[in-house]
Amino acid sequence: MTRAGHEPHGMTPAVPESIRLQDVTLARGGRVVLSQISLAIPQGSFVGVLGANGAGKTTLFHALLGLEPPVRGGMWVNGQPVRRGNSAVGYMPQMRKLVGGQFSGWSMVATALHGQRWGLPWYGRAGRAAVDAALAAVDAQALAQRPVATLSGGERQRLLLAQTLLDDPSVLLLDEPLASLDPARMRETVERIHALAQARRMTVLMSAHDINPLLGVMDHVLYLARGRALLGTEEEVITTDALTALYGAPVDVVRAGGRVFVVAEGGGSALHMQDCGGCSAHA
Amino acid sequence: MLEYDFMRTAFLAALLVALVCGPVGWFLVLRGQTFASHALSHVGFAGATGALMFGLSPLTGLAGGALGAGILMGLAGERVAGRDVMIGLVLSVAMGVGALFLHLLTRSASAATALLFGDILGISPGMLGWLAALSAGCLLGLAVLARPLLFATLQPEMAEARGVRLQVLDVLFLALVAIATAECAQITGVLLVFTLMVAPAATVLRLSLPPLGGLAAAAGLALAEAWGGLILSWETDYPTSFWIALLGGAGFMLVGLVQRARGA
Repeated sequence: MTRAGHEPHGMTPAVPESIRLQDVTLARGGRVVLSQISLAIPQGSFVGVLGANGAGKTTLFHALLGLEPPVRGGMWVNGQPVRRGNSAVGYMPQMRKLVGGQFSGWSMVATALHGQRWGLPWYGRAGRAAVDAALAAVDAQALAQRPVATLSGGERQRLLLAQTLLDDPSVLLLDEPLASLDPARMRETVERIHALAQARRMTVLMSAHDINPLLGVMDHVLYLARGRALLGTEEEVITTDALTALYGAPVDVVRAGGRVFVVAEGGGSALHMQDCGGCSAHA
Repeated sequence: MLEYDFMRTAFLAALLVALVCGPVGWFLVLRGQTFASHALSHVGFAGATGALMFGLSPLTGLAGGALGAGILMGLAGERVAGRDVMIGLVLSVAMGVGALFLHLLTRSASAATALLFGDILGISPGMLGWLAALSAGCLLGLAVLARPLLFATLQPEMAEARGVRLQVLDVLFLALVAIATAECAQITGVLLVFTLMVAPAATVLRLSLPPLGGLAAAAGLALAEAWGGLILSWETDYPTSFWIALLGGAGFMLVGLVQRARGA
């Protein structure tokens, strides 16, 4: 297990590193969110990024994308220092209010094809083939001609995933891709992403509120709490001892019916639901 | 009607303006910034009346005022662009200042009507050159911006992660909107900029066309409505602005009704 704050020597050097953080402190709006994090994630690893709202999941992703430089410390992706607009890093933001819902699924996906380049949105034969291939990779050919506004949350999710695949990234950052899905779709989505990651040898960091849909597919868990981070396998991180140490407060990990619940002392429900930074209604 | 010089000039002016207003308006509607363009035209009104006071051409003042306001609006970013109250206040202060300038002008009445409601038949051949230059610049600028602008409009977070500078795009786009607005006001007047900037674009956006097709269709529909307005104005002797406004509204409603009838 790699304990944050220490040198990540525990990782075997046989597999090259995909992501490396060295003594990184991240702030958002002047508030320190993550403090002196050091960790290394090997290539091809499927990492579930867990933690409460405000624990720093999105901030970490933004930092890895080069959008918010760290207050201190160094960050590397594939051995290169983190830089903005690195096409090796694919990013799927949280699903938000739909803009341009009248466009077809195909048009929507195509807007991300070299969308940062100046000029007209004209894609050419190679570009159109790339869009078709990305749609095929997520089994979304049937959605290509339908207006996006008529699609379900899960279907829109697949289009977003197709967009992140256009640049053939080696690292995928997925911000809460399960947030707006019904339970049946959650597991399906996780398995689809896992299969894609394995086939394309991508490193995946996938943030989630609930660990359960991710159980069994994660190579590593990255748990964020109280400005600190804990990286390890499911068995290492999701334990009463490890999370109690991370939170600095008694936390119980309860396993029931094949599911895992992280429960704060005295609280009846899962910790991630309650421990949401500024809200004290449940305190 | 084409045997008259002023009509030929008017048709040419409408062509130059509509080809810009359609595509710029298409992005404007997609981005939900139509109110911003409305406000820009009003700031342009203050600029135009100010220009008249100093003996400059109203187009200079309109373009200058709108451009300045557009760039400021873009720089202020989310803090202002999304705030209806802020934009509304800027708009009304600008109109107030414009009213003051008009009061100070001696020949205010005819100038005010021309600025507020447009005077396409009064466009001089010399002005045509200016419109052509502005339109060419505007279309060229939009052609360069279109791809990242579309990406940033539909998926701002993803675009930002890809390296698109959202605020730079926003400032550049609002600058284009300002120029298009100034041009449009020559035909429809500042109060009716919506009719040529927004109505055709909003109508086309209802049609679910792919982006490039939509941009072209918006230009085509804006042109059809502008020329249609001119022809109807010639036939009826009613103001061109009235007909363009009516055609814009009717087109938008018609597409909506047809879609509803189809059970869409």
